[in-house]
Amino acid sequence: MDDGQDPIKDLEKGFDVVVMGTGLTETILSGVMSVQGKRVLHIDSNSYYGGEGASLKMSQIYEKFRGDGSKPPAGLDKDRDWNIDLIPKFLMAGGELARILRQLKQVQDNVQFQQIAGSYVFRGSGGGFFGLGGSGVHKVPSTALEAAKSNLIGIMEKGRLKSFLESVAAYDDAKGPQHQGMNLEKDSMKSVYDKFSLEEPTRDFVGHAMALYSDDSYLELPARQTFNKIKLYAGSVAMYGKSPYIYPLYGLGELPSAFTRLSAVHGGTYMLNTEVLDFEHADDGKVSGVKIKFENPRKDGEYVDLVVKTGRVLASPNYVAEGKKKKRTGQQVVRAICVLNHPVKGTDNSDSGQIIIPQSEANRKNDIYIAVISSAHNVCPKGYWIAIVSTIVETQNPQHELKAGFELLEPIEETFLAKPFDLWEQLDDASDNVFVSKSLDASSHLETCTDDVKHLYKIMEGKDLDIDGLNPDRAE
Amino acid sequence: MAQPRASSANTRFAQFKLVLLGESAVGKSSLVLRFVKDQFDDYRESTIGAAFLTQTIALDENTTVKFEIWDTAGQERYKSLAPMYYRNANCAVVVYDITQAASLDKAKAWVKELQRQANESIVIALAGNKLDLATANPSKRAIETADAEAYAKEAGLLFLETSAKTAENVQELFTAIARKLPTDQAGPRRGAPGIRGVDMNRTPQTANLNGQGCAC
Repeated sequence: MDDGQDPIKDLEKGFDVVVMGTGLTETILSGVMSVQGKRVLHIDSNSYYGGEGASLKMSQIYEKFRGDGSKPPAGLDKDRDWNIDLIPKFLMAGGELARILRQLKQVQDNVQFQQIAGSYVFRGSGGGFFGLGGSGVHKVPSTALEAAKSNLIGIMEKGRLKSFLESVAAYDDAKGPQHQGMNLEKDSMKSVYDKFSLEEPTRDFVGHAMALYSDDSYLELPARQTFNKIKLYAGSVAMYGKSPYIYPLYGLGELPSAFTRLSAVHGGTYMLNTEVLDFEHADDGKVSGVKIKFENPRKDGEYVDLVVKTGRVLASPNYVAEGKKKKRTGQQVVRAICVLNHPVKGTDNSDSGQIIIPQSEANRKNDIYIAVISSAHNVCPKGYWIAIVSTIVETQNPQHELKAGFELLEPIEETFLAKPFDLWEQLDDASDNVFVSKSLDASSHLETCTDDVKHLYKIMEGKDLDIDGLNPDRAE
Repeated sequence: MAQPRASSANTRFAQFKLVLLGESAVGKSSLVLRFVKDQFDDYRESTIGAAFLTQTIALDENTTVKFEIWDTAGQERYKSLAPMYYRNANCAVVVYDITQAASLDKAKAWVKELQRQANESIVIALAGNKLDLATANPSKRAIETADAEAYAKEAGLLFLETSAKTAENVQELFTAIARKLPTDQAGPRRGAPGIRGVDMNRTPQTANLNGQGCAC
């Protein structure tokens, strides 16, 4: 491939863009830019791909959560069988990431997808949308039609929900915000619920289980976004049935890996275990190079410091300093990875699912999410399930905030609690040509990640990302 | 995709994923180029844009094996190959350079990695490449055939010394692998699709719900 080519000399030639961090956002952009002919250098300080969204082997999980030298006990020690997501997320089958993947056969060649079996909500003892279902975990009706037909709500409310969902289905975002006498750019979602006279539990269900909001702040915002989210949910369910979600075999980390391969096949250079020491700037303040440190590929154990010339940098938040390039969103997410040797109660022995504990049920402002996957997704051996519980931190005792989730999963064989971590977003100033991505947020899917991809592409390239034009075979 | 497609009861057609591993500059891509296109180029630049190459071997009148050959795309250069690369491989060629002593150690590390992480039934072949250099000038040889052979035997690997330049033993190498593969059963490249495996390219019946048409 590059027989006889000196790797250091190759680095010294410089790059169109240096990408730091191999999270999904960065790897999608690397893949796209490489396909479009840019010379890309992509580095990561970790020894694995995926950054904060990596899928790790059990031995790596023990090292990370239990300290250096910790090793998994017998039964959990077969690394080949484990691919554990640090941040679990699902793909909306009809969402933008799926749309990008449909254009990129070379990525599809490397990742296979599996459906997530169901979408569930928890309800406690008192009333609620599933008033007739009793306390516990209940399957969310998988289509709007099903919801309207379901005997879980009263006959009058059923009719109102049906007219509301029909109105949503009839909305076409491309035709502007005027819709059936409403102005969706102006009218709040609350006023739309009022217009359809939906009851409180129905609003909870629509907002949290279909539009997938994790809190109630959307009620005061214009209804347009909520209409689009409900349409996305319904369209995704309609695609493969069962649930709106699909998930990559061998874990979410397969996605960044597959995009790095797309980039590499189109000439991208990849360096794991590489430290960023410094950014260099030209007189006009724009970035001119980055100083990196890595092991000499020709001499084991010898480390090289090298300034790589580049006019542009794309970095995940952990590679740049707070204040100048990134700020806290103010939100922190707490997560725990639970290893189970049984399916989750109430999920009908499903191999997977998303369980939402609505804030209204947990006496919180933010919902608790549980993502459940299993050997059906090649993430653990047969007979095991992995359930990852997460929520947005509201108190000084974040661990305790996950309790309602843990209770649904008991007995739990092993729990790995991650420290609450800050969510970052970019500061808008990229005049130095250093572009920064957002942290993976607390949502249960990857739509906000593709929003960030589109935003970054636009500010880096000065034009919109043409998803339908991504197919490299078509471009040639 | 990887199922054997029997055109009649007596003929078998099986497809397998093959990956190449080994240090940079040992001639991995050259071996593939020789096998697939019967070419060799001393100063060849990498093939940009190709995810994999394919080549077919007729083992006998009734059995045809098709290799889908995946190259590293350079990601091995800085030890940055994702496990995804070799995870679903049915077979692997681990290459070293018989004129570079250290390259066999790297090859051994790859064999270990494959045996730990890859498909448990993976067929691994060890190829000592650049045989032409040692043939032309025996003093250039850094690794004795007998030593590599002893290691291969102990680790359960197929073994051949090859030259991508002269084509010596290249066809033989791939044929030996083909003979060891289970052509009588499925050689599923990615494991059997699950009951809810998703065909990403299926035209959504309800594409209008997503605001866009078929994206295939």
